[in-house]
Amino acid sequence: MDSQKKALLNYCIALGDDSLTLGHRLSEWCRNGPFLEEDLALTNVSLDFIGRARMLYSYAAEVEDQGRGEDDIAYLRDCREYRNFLINELPNGDFAFTMARQLMIDAFDVGFYKGLTQSADEMLAAIAAKAIKESRYHLRRSEDWIKRLGDGTDESHERTQKAFDQLWGYAAEMFEMASDEQQLVDAGIAVDRSALKAEWSSTMHSVLKEATLDIPAQDWAIGGGREGIHTEHLGYLLAELQYLQRTYPGQQW
Amino acid sequence: MTEKNPLADPRLAAFEEKISNDQRIEPKDWMPDAFRKNVLRQMSQHAHSEVIGMQPEGNWITRAPTLYRKIVLLAKIQDEGGHGLYLYSAAETLGTSREEMVQALHDGKAKYASIFNYPSLTWADIGMIGWLVDGAAIVNQVSLQRTSYGPYSRAMIRICKEESFHQRQGYEATMVLARGSAEQKAMAQDSLNRWWWPSMMMFGPHDSESAHSGQSMKWKLKRESNDVLRQRFVDQTVPQAEFIGLKIPDPDLKWNEERGSYDFGEIDWDEFMQVISGNGPCNRQRLQHSIRAQEDGQWVRDAMHAYELKRQAREVA
Repeated sequence: MDSQKKALLNYCIALGDDSLTLGHRLSEWCRNGPFLEEDLALTNVSLDFIGRARMLYSYAAEVEDQGRGEDDIAYLRDCREYRNFLINELPNGDFAFTMARQLMIDAFDVGFYKGLTQSADEMLAAIAAKAIKESRYHLRRSEDWIKRLGDGTDESHERTQKAFDQLWGYAAEMFEMASDEQQLVDAGIAVDRSALKAEWSSTMHSVLKEATLDIPAQDWAIGGGREGIHTEHLGYLLAELQYLQRTYPGQQW
Repeated sequence: MTEKNPLADPRLAAFEEKISNDQRIEPKDWMPDAFRKNVLRQMSQHAHSEVIGMQPEGNWITRAPTLYRKIVLLAKIQDEGGHGLYLYSAAETLGTSREEMVQALHDGKAKYASIFNYPSLTWADIGMIGWLVDGAAIVNQVSLQRTSYGPYSRAMIRICKEESFHQRQGYEATMVLARGSAEQKAMAQDSLNRWWWPSMMMFGPHDSESAHSGQSMKWKLKRESNDVLRQRFVDQTVPQAEFIGLKIPDPDLKWNEERGSYDFGEIDWDEFMQVISGNGPCNRQRLQHSIRAQEDGQWVRDAMHAYELKRQAREVA
């Protein structure tokens, strides 16, 4: 496999991992939401992310052309081979933590997938065309929630401020290019993520301001997801996700 | 009102006439209190069942064996929650709020389908719930499409379409296991063994023992009896089990040529009574889960409310 093809494979898998880990976390809210309508809405968003993961893994399998399918990629890789941003795999915490994370990711995704619709790779551009519509809707939802929670009661304000304080340092890696990503940018396939930060910051500033929340201090950053260095939480997520495929290897379900 | 001869009340006569002419009773129509209570009991119980039923199925979302199965399961549970919402709204036309209905559930005053008090232990249980539990629910709900309370009847028509889709998905997922490896087939058979009798119990006591049946039939809220519906479920399900090579766990099950139906064994009514009176394997867990989710979400609902008040105040200013 030539190096560009290898980089493209890694790229699709990494984006798929972002989608699957976040979709997994959101799916944990099903039957646990603060009220029934929101329970269904969170499930809907989860479905969007898991659907996105399926498209990206299927394309990765096609690029690789070694007989693997979407489920081999999702279910048969261990922690160190997963490439998602750490923020996606963090446990849900309370509803404020989940929605604060969602705002940070949705604001990123809107910029990212908008860029990816222009990809020279037709399949990625097509996946992005679907994803951008979903992400714009997700962003509207998470903006609304953060405003309600930030400017709701004292308790909701405190919980939401604390959530952003705990999450802020995980944003940095969203704008750091992986080692083999630049060549895809040069080929017009990938998005230059380092260029998305300004727009992201501006969205975050305006939403948090309207939500009467403070922008957290930018004095820490934890990353490593794109290199397979994760939080301790991912192992448990994968243990649960992969349990049947690992217990009964090689079966059709 | 109660001291008067009810037959002298012209509103009651009009109500009775509508029922006998197979017309639907609509929310604004006058109806006897006992009728209102009876419909509310049935509809809220049905809505609670949809929502509590999200728990045993939700138990497998994060562990679904493929991404496709995960998506199908998530979408199905979402449908069930949607049915719950729809039924709560339809029941609210009777003058009781969703909050009051949920409170009655949490206080142990309202029931939900007892089947959900059994645990979903293996992946095969997800297919089995779709095939058997939704299958039994459809038999009941198709019959309820002709129920006499208009909003309930319309809810049933709409819900049945999605339920029959779920039932086919559940049957297909079970078929894959039944035709899979020896371990998978054993998993499917074990699951059928555990879910068969609870599914049979879904139709309730024998007609002769059923507390609410007589009055409900008279009012055409219920259109066919528990035993008739149960027989229909058995007759449609047994050939489906045979087709995929699974064995119904009932030694008395056999085709009765004369009746053109299957004869089947007796339900363990002691177990039935235990579970409906709150002592099934998961009764406590299901209620605690529902109460916990409600309590955990309180601050979120409070925040929404506070924000809405502030927003309105800003609009006025």
